[in-house]
Amino acid sequence: MLTLFIVTVSAYVLGMLAALFSGRSAIGRGLVAAGAAVGSIAGLALGVVVITSGIPFALASTRFLPLTGVALRLDGMGAFFLVVVGLVGCAASIYGFGYSAQYAGRYSLRTLGVMLNLLLLTLTFQVMADNALTFLVLWEAMSLTAYWLVVTEHDQRGTVRAGVWYLAMTHAGFAALIAMFLLLSSTDLTTSFASMRAGSALLSPAARNAVFLLALFGFGAKSGIIPLHVWLPMAHPVAPSHVSAILSGVVIKMGIYGLLRILLDIMGGGPAWWGGVVLGAGAVSALLGVLYALMEHDLKRLLAYHSVENIGIILMGMGAGLIFHSYGLMTLAALGFISGLYHTINHASFKGLLFLGAGSVLHATRTRNMEEMGGLIKIMPWTALFFLVGAAAISALPPLNGFASEWLVFQSLLGGSNIPTPEVAIVMPIAVGMLALTSGLAAACFVKAFGITFLAIPRSPEAEHAHESPRPMLAGMALLALACIALGLAPFVVVPALGRVLVGLGGLPDTHAVFSFNLYLVTPSNFAIMSPTLVALGLLAVLGLVPLVMLLFRANWRLRVGDSWGCGRVGQTPRMEYTATAFAEPLRRVFAELYRPTKELSIDFHPDSKYFVQSIEYRSEITPWFEKALYGPLLWFIRLSAATVRRMQSGSVHMYLVYVTVALLILLLIARWS
Amino acid sequence: MEADIAIIVRQIDERARRLFGRSLHIREVDAGSCNGCELEISALANPYYDMERFGLHFVASPRHADCLLVTGPVTRNMAEPLRRTYEATPNPKIVIAIGDCANTCGVFKDSYAVVGGVDQVIPVNVFVPGCPPEPVDILQGILSAINRLPAK
Amino acid sequence: MSGYFLEIGQALVALALAPGLVGFVRWWKARLQGRRGAPPLLPYYDLRKLFLKEVIISNNASWLFRFTPYLVFSSTLAVTLLIPLVAAPLPFDRIGDLLLVVYLLLLGTFFLALAGLDPGTAFGGMGASREMTVAAIAEPTIALSIFGLALGAGSTNLGRIVEQTLAHPGAAISPGHLLGFAALFIVMLAETGRLPVDNPSTHLELTMIHEAMTLEYSGRYLALIEWAAGLRLLIFFSLLVNMFTPWGVATSLTPAALGLAVIVLISKLAALGLLVALLETRIAKLRLFRVPELLAVSFVLALLAVTSSFLLR
Repeated sequence: MLTLFIVTVSAYVLGMLAALFSGRSAIGRGLVAAGAAVGSIAGLALGVVVITSGIPFALASTRFLPLTGVALRLDGMGAFFLVVVGLVGCAASIYGFGYSAQYAGRYSLRTLGVMLNLLLLTLTFQVMADNALTFLVLWEAMSLTAYWLVVTEHDQRGTVRAGVWYLAMTHAGFAALIAMFLLLSSTDLTTSFASMRAGSALLSPAARNAVFLLALFGFGAKSGIIPLHVWLPMAHPVAPSHVSAILSGVVIKMGIYGLLRILLDIMGGGPAWWGGVVLGAGAVSALLGVLYALMEHDLKRLLAYHSVENIGIILMGMGAGLIFHSYGLMTLAALGFISGLYHTINHASFKGLLFLGAGSVLHATRTRNMEEMGGLIKIMPWTALFFLVGAAAISALPPLNGFASEWLVFQSLLGGSNIPTPEVAIVMPIAVGMLALTSGLAAACFVKAFGITFLAIPRSPEAEHAHESPRPMLAGMALLALACIALGLAPFVVVPALGRVLVGLGGLPDTHAVFSFNLYLVTPSNFAIMSPTLVALGLLAVLGLVPLVMLLFRANWRLRVGDSWGCGRVGQTPRMEYTATAFAEPLRRVFAELYRPTKELSIDFHPDSKYFVQSIEYRSEITPWFEKALYGPLLWFIRLSAATVRRMQSGSVHMYLVYVTVALLILLLIARWS
Repeated sequence: MEADIAIIVRQIDERARRLFGRSLHIREVDAGSCNGCELEISALANPYYDMERFGLHFVASPRHADCLLVTGPVTRNMAEPLRRTYEATPNPKIVIAIGDCANTCGVFKDSYAVVGGVDQVIPVNVFVPGCPPEPVDILQGILSAINRLPAK
Repeated sequence: MSGYFLEIGQALVALALAPGLVGFVRWWKARLQGRRGAPPLLPYYDLRKLFLKEVIISNNASWLFRFTPYLVFSSTLAVTLLIPLVAAPLPFDRIGDLLLVVYLLLLGTFFLALAGLDPGTAFGGMGASREMTVAAIAEPTIALSIFGLALGAGSTNLGRIVEQTLAHPGAAISPGHLLGFAALFIVMLAETGRLPVDNPSTHLELTMIHEAMTLEYSGRYLALIEWAAGLRLLIFFSLLVNMFTPWGVATSLTPAALGLAVIVLISKLAALGLLVALLETRIAKLRLFRVPELLAVSFVLALLAVTSSFLLR
């Protein structure tokens, strides 16, 4: 294990050095990517070793980093998140080798390479942090490196603004986290997690509730729970695509890691209302995330809103787990947490894949706007295939990984029938309904995303002259596509591993033998049984049989290519195709109460006659509720306070001398009376 | 159905006749008619004539169709769409031209706006004359095309 | 071993019955409208004819267009292996439960919608958009109905649900069951494209939902998609009759029980088909933007079903 750790760290450091000294050339980019990829793979291997062996990896840092208060320890849960880091990091780095070629000469490849490796390095250490100080320092380092990566393309519209929002939100969360750790560790930030675990039982209920709320705020700001999500659709689209994959796939999962670590591990669970709040926040995030995603036609913004949705689904699993835990239903609680963790790694793989795919499309067509794409499936067949795998996975279609984890989340919510108090139990069916609606809407959204982007005819010259992605980019996408398929076909391997990861946290029993055997997934008391592997085999078998039977019965095999049937019209232009806005229009109408679309219509009539129209301009936007109702007043208030305080900065030396004198007098008075 | 009013113009492939014996999907194409023939054709679907009991069925797209039912003198604007409709219909297929206009342009013969009869644009299998032909005659024309008429 | 033969036999029975069911409903509708109507076996002739016709593909379409009919047909056929048509429990019952059935059907809808967008026609896009809207809004009702049934039966696996209702006949008239049946009935109308959600025999593209996506298909592809649509109707009908009124479903694998099960299935399907035909003749098609209201009604019914199951336990 120690060798793997050293390989990981040195690979990242070498990657950073390569970026510093030869970032611009192709070899330099290759070394950067290689460093990041090797580091990721080694980290992934380390995580797998820790999970399968069950032995935590502790680094006696007091020997070579004495007095710094740094403590590092990798237990099962940290190892799982390290696997997530490694998986997405490896694919994104390989992809980045091809993708960053377009930045040569325009933006600083040095910064990009250094920050990429540094981000992955801080993520690796983050999941190993064993005391509050280490955790917080690494958290801040992770946020800052992510910020630098987000503003890589600094002269594009909206990038710097997105970076500022990102920085502000992450620091607001950071403040909450500092307060939380101060409460947990009774103001000594170098107490290890182990002693915090022991001490948490002694905290007063008010303090525990405060910790819960601060943790939810702080980690929620990082994960993008509604209403703390506003930075996500701004920051993730403007970042370079392989960075977007890491941000959406890994960095926001650190919020989940933090919540699990604090709520389950250190605090050992809490009253049922904690789980209820988490479940509610998750359900609302999931539903609102997908509803806003439906209305987007910027491909990467759509994917960013889907990240909000999937974080919501993960939190629904975790919330259910917390509720069951508070009632002592330990097996069901383990099921809830396992479903949340499974969805974590699944989302990392399919969202990473989708962002890499979107990056390939952006690379080929120079636009993120879906309304200008089309017909790319014939020009970029491999990219289209990988994107289709990601789209099918995120829509929870069997037999891919999205279905396996959503099935588990459903089953854990269905276990709500075992909750003794009916008032709490009734929350579960409502959550089931919301999850089902989310899942259906996600499928609709990805029919739109894949269909408008890749199918039919190109809608703009840029789309016509697109090209297939270079091979490193295809390799990165292929890796994640394979991960999606593997995670979907082998849940009976993943679920016991997750069961082992959760052993002992918050008193959860060892469930690695309970939830799966042979090829099947089983839920407690045989409530449900399912096998995605056999489903996949069955589907393939039937798929293969159907053409054979048709051949046997001598069906007509002739095929002719002609024009699309358009009621006999002569010629077809891209203007005749369906657009993304049109595709989402029925849903826009159905949910009009939420979207409150505004409408602007201006018609230019011919100067001579009102019966002839020269031009019509139609503009419709959905009302951004959270920005208007929540952040608008907040920002107004901050500006108002800042303006008030600024009046103190009068510029006059006399006033400043008065301030100094008054402050001195007050200090003397305080010293006199204490 | 006393007189054999339908005129077979082009022999229909025996295989097609056997294929469509029980189930024929029809796409109706109006190549510039006055809609008189259309009214008679749509009368075929009402409970009195009920063409569905013979397995005849109107479809929404020529891709689903086996038979094109063309009416009207082919106007200049409809010549190309008619050709495209014919191309869009999968083989084997039958074309039935309904009405005098479809046969010889009827009262619009030699007009500046028409191209000619339907057989100037696409190959026709059966003509059903009349202005407009009665629904019974149209039905007889279609059934004779698929060899469903009772033997005389 | 005999169980696996039974599974294959059940799929073959489903394949054989599906076009007949579609034809039967159509025949009853015609009779109720005062017409002689197309013969009930007409869909079989349609399918035979379509398999023998050539296929024309748009030059804008991609491999997805050619692959989709096979995928839609296979996923729908795979579902027939999982549901209790003639016997319960089945050997494959452990492979998938009701949630898997729902998502396998969603797999077919997803790819069919993509295939509607592929040729680049406006009708295909419109059909795809409407189909996904209806499918998405019907999902919560289905999920809640599953919850309600699973509460009663203690499992989401279909065999267990059927067994449980057979063992406790009184549960069939409990409020939870009746409300759940009503909710699932409305969802069935939406998912299979029957009135009042979608008119299966319309020629007006602006009123189409399902048919608009298949306007570009011809020949053997169209045959596969039509057959899959028939199978979908059969699946939903069978779920409704066999989960809520499962008497007649064979619990042992004797030829007598299986024969009786097939006969009872056919009669139950005929009865439900008659009910649907009656409904379709009496009700006009809903405006598209009223369909979510109808589905919201079904959601409320399902929520009431679950609540009453909770309270009356």
